Amino acid sequence: MSEPVTVITGTRKGIGRHLAEYYCDRGHIVFGCSRGEPGWERDNYNHFVADVSDEGQVKSIFSTIRREHGRLDNLLNNAGIASMNHSLLTPVNTVRKIMDTNVIGSFLFCREAAKLMKKNKYGRIVNFSTVAVPLKLEGEAAYVASKSAVEGLTNVLSREFAGFGITVNTIGPVPIDTDLIRAVPKDKIESLVERQSIKRLGQMDDVVNVIDFFLRAESEFVTGQSLYLGGV
Amino acid sequence: MQQEIIELIVETARELGEDELSLTEELNADTRLFGKEGALDSMGLVTLIIAVEQAIEDRFESPVALADEKALSQTRSPYRSVATLAEYAASQIQGS
Repeated sequence: MSEPVTVITGTRKGIGRHLAEYYCDRGHIVFGCSRGEPGWERDNYNHFVADVSDEGQVKSIFSTIRREHGRLDNLLNNAGIASMNHSLLTPVNTVRKIMDTNVIGSFLFCREAAKLMKKNKYGRIVNFSTVAVPLKLEGEAAYVASKSAVEGLTNVLSREFAGFGITVNTIGPVPIDTDLIRAVPKDKIESLVERQSIKRLGQMDDVVNVIDFFLRAESEFVTGQSLYLGGV
Repeated sequence: MQQEIIELIVETARELGEDELSLTEELNADTRLFGKEGALDSMGLVTLIIAVEQAIEDRFESPVALADEKALSQTRSPYRSVATLAEYAASQIQGS
């Protein structure tokens, strides 16, 4: 089999960058995207500057992949934004931006990826949620609403895509030391960690381990699942 | 252009074959695609529309959306026959 072709969104930094580097190093041909230039390079890595909620830009990414490789094996819908704020102090534009990136972005990438994966009757899609959903985390209403929508998307798409040999699952990481949580007050993070069964921050390897499992060809019978880290 | 797209649709359906579309007969311009006496079931229609979008993009080097809001909101669906689908696709290509 030739090298797996993998799309990862939000690869400029954080988990997305780590995943892109990790799968490049394992011989995947990785197509990543972010709103800005990544500022890093890797063999086998191709970058698109794109807004994940822009339908035209997303379609154009998949047209390029189809022209160059004619197939797609994996999609990791990592791109996401959060906003920690009490709902009474959350501007509606913030809510819209979160919904656009997290929900519309995930939807568009799932839809376009499935069109391409369908050809080979094989595909692995991993969407990104958060433990903030089951923990019903105060101060994250818009973020939790958007990630609940992502889980709903996973549940329905897993059924719609099952006949095409495509699995769709969700990973729900605990806080990991990335830009996404750097702005969150330390005591908030500590109280969140306290609600996990295993009381520590997450690490990149914890995320990679779950994604590796979802991407395995042998995981063909695992779909529509949301897996939370840390024993939440 | 419409005739060329009709041929492209027929060819695409042939390539997808019986397995993907559960088709028993070859398509032609007049073939009703779905609904009463339609040649395709709902998943067959989805499969054909996606494959035709890709075939058109390859042939005309221009991305085309056959499942856009306009197509889905028309009283007379452009998906009802091969000819109407081709007509809709041609209008999308010319409008892009």
